[in-house]
Amino acid sequence: MKIHEYQGKDILRKFGVATLKGVVCESVHEVEAAAEQLGYPCVVKAQIHAGGRGKGGGVKLVKSKAEARAAAEAIVGMKLITHQTGPEGQTVRKVLVEQGIAIARELYLGMVIDRVTSRVCVMASTEGGVEIEKVAEEHPEKILKEWADPTTGLMPFQARNLAFGLGLEGKQVGKGVSFLTALYQAFIGTDASLAEINPLIVTKDGDVLALDAKFNFDDNALFRQGDIIGMRDPHEEDPREQEAKAFDLSYIALSGNIGCMVNGAGLAMATMDIIKHQGGEPANFLDVGGGADEPKVTAAFKIILKDPAVKAVFVNIFGGIAKCDVIANGVVAAAKQVGLKMPLVVRLEGTNVDLGKKILRESGLAITAADDMLDGATKVVAAAKGA
Amino acid sequence: MSILINGNSKAIVQGITGEAGSFHAKQMLDYGTRVVAGVTPGKGGQSFEHGDKRVPIFDTVQAAVRATGATVSIIYVPPPFAADAILEGVAAGLELVITITEGIPVLDMIKVKRVLDGQTKTRLIGPNCPGVITPGVGGAGCKLGIMPGHIHKPGHVGVVSKSGTLTYEAVGQLTALGIGQSTCVGIGGDPVAGTNFIDALKLFNQDPDTHAVVMIGEIGGSAEEEAAAWVKANMKKPVIGFIAGRTAPPGRRMGHAGAIISGGKGTAAEKVKALEACGIKVAPTPADIGKTLASVYRG
Repeated sequence: MKIHEYQGKDILRKFGVATLKGVVCESVHEVEAAAEQLGYPCVVKAQIHAGGRGKGGGVKLVKSKAEARAAAEAIVGMKLITHQTGPEGQTVRKVLVEQGIAIARELYLGMVIDRVTSRVCVMASTEGGVEIEKVAEEHPEKILKEWADPTTGLMPFQARNLAFGLGLEGKQVGKGVSFLTALYQAFIGTDASLAEINPLIVTKDGDVLALDAKFNFDDNALFRQGDIIGMRDPHEEDPREQEAKAFDLSYIALSGNIGCMVNGAGLAMATMDIIKHQGGEPANFLDVGGGADEPKVTAAFKIILKDPAVKAVFVNIFGGIAKCDVIANGVVAAAKQVGLKMPLVVRLEGTNVDLGKKILRESGLAITAADDMLDGATKVVAAAKGA
Repeated sequence: MSILINGNSKAIVQGITGEAGSFHAKQMLDYGTRVVAGVTPGKGGQSFEHGDKRVPIFDTVQAAVRATGATVSIIYVPPPFAADAILEGVAAGLELVITITEGIPVLDMIKVKRVLDGQTKTRLIGPNCPGVITPGVGGAGCKLGIMPGHIHKPGHVGVVSKSGTLTYEAVGQLTALGIGQSTCVGIGGDPVAGTNFIDALKLFNQDPDTHAVVMIGEIGGSAEEEAAAWVKANMKKPVIGFIAGRTAPPGRRMGHAGAIISGGKGTAAEKVKALEACGIKVAPTPADIGKTLASVYRG
């Protein structure tokens, strides 16, 4: 799960990480008032989940009330298009007005789960404010890393290694160590999967502060993170993906025209792959999961068909826990409920396969049966092209 | 022969009275697995009945081990309590703990992994995996997992995979070609897991009854690349591979917590290239896994 910058900064403040003063606003009037209160210069920043906000025109430095108003009029309600939003952009509903500050240095800090060591890896770099992936690619030596032992947490010596490595001097070192320690506590305390402060700034006065804050959270841990769940912004999520979540389905919208319903994440990915290999384009990733029952299958079917681009549907089930007859009943019920007009190709294998096939045959629906995965993919690609 | 489990393995089911635990305990008993105990705190002294079989339930793993001599456990405990259940198995000195549970917080698994790394007695398989099966009829085999037993056939091909149903797909293709399996291991699709590809490949390499291996990976992380390098340097048997997610978009988690392309890393194309560079033949589509194995090994 992702959150906005202003929410990330609320978390930082809660854990004692140094940030700038800021006010969240939803209207031009509020922005003006906030700017007057914070003083000039200050910065008006669009709050959307996607990165690249500055380049897209969503961040403006203002030096007067008139400029604050002009910036607010431009940003509040705009369709902000960045390299991460896609061409349709994202509507800006909230802006963060933040005090301006004289910056001496821009640094980078990141925390991620490192799969290789199975630990939280803390990364720091003097190359702040730019894309860190690029730095990692071109100058890997410029990224300093420390791995936290879960039994001790991030130790002060590790934070010092990073602080000195970043070239912090004098009192900045202590401030950097406090910042790192508090950020690690925030990471653990919120079950984050990623925390990124880019840039981390050293001010001309020698303060060490977070200028931006990006957090991702472990979806598996949300059950114990009520405050984090409360930060969910439904405007930022695909409505079909949200609906899928309500039925405990894993759905991701893609740009093709062949709807897919599969049990298991690996098989769902592989099904998309074979469709593409046969010359088609999948419209979605959809894993109905192991415990697929009739209501779940029906819900999955409806979600797939809400995508107007879908021209044909491929159901690929290898029944282990999921039984083929249950899936077949769900498919038939859903197809009848929605009055399915488009081609439907079904491949069933595994537990109760014969019963499942019989249900499909006797349903009276125009369902194309497939012998195996390749056969199914070939048939659905042909059907989508003919439709 | 086989790896990890065989017809003599005595197993505990942790969470045997839950919905998933009881359903699969029955399936495992039907397959011929020696399920000798169940554990559900507070239900010790009761028993789990299936047909003419009666499995005693204990309050703790320790008590179950003492009473039955079990060396393996399989966990169906809900995610908030799963890390605790795994560590209970480790503390009881089990040789193998298989965790089926999906959705365990990754920070919980980081702590579990730290404990596992500090000892040598217990191996963890999973979490978020289909389990392990050594195919065999009439009690000669052992199924500890959620896979459909009937699609398997005893033989000499080892299968190691991050995925569940995609593994069934691969096994189904092998069996249809008349190629049996020594042991099939699902290592799970989470970012932090107890056993990785290399661990499983090492075991297959040492097992005289495994003659070839199928390795099924997916996008995200670099475990497949590391395994490929290990195969090139150490493996004495043919290995073929498949990587799921060639069409997955970057930045989106494809079901499994670990299946995500981030920062341009972990793509299927990179992984396929790494595997092929290490002499591992990669199936071009998921429908070709059986055929690809058959091209390097005849069962």
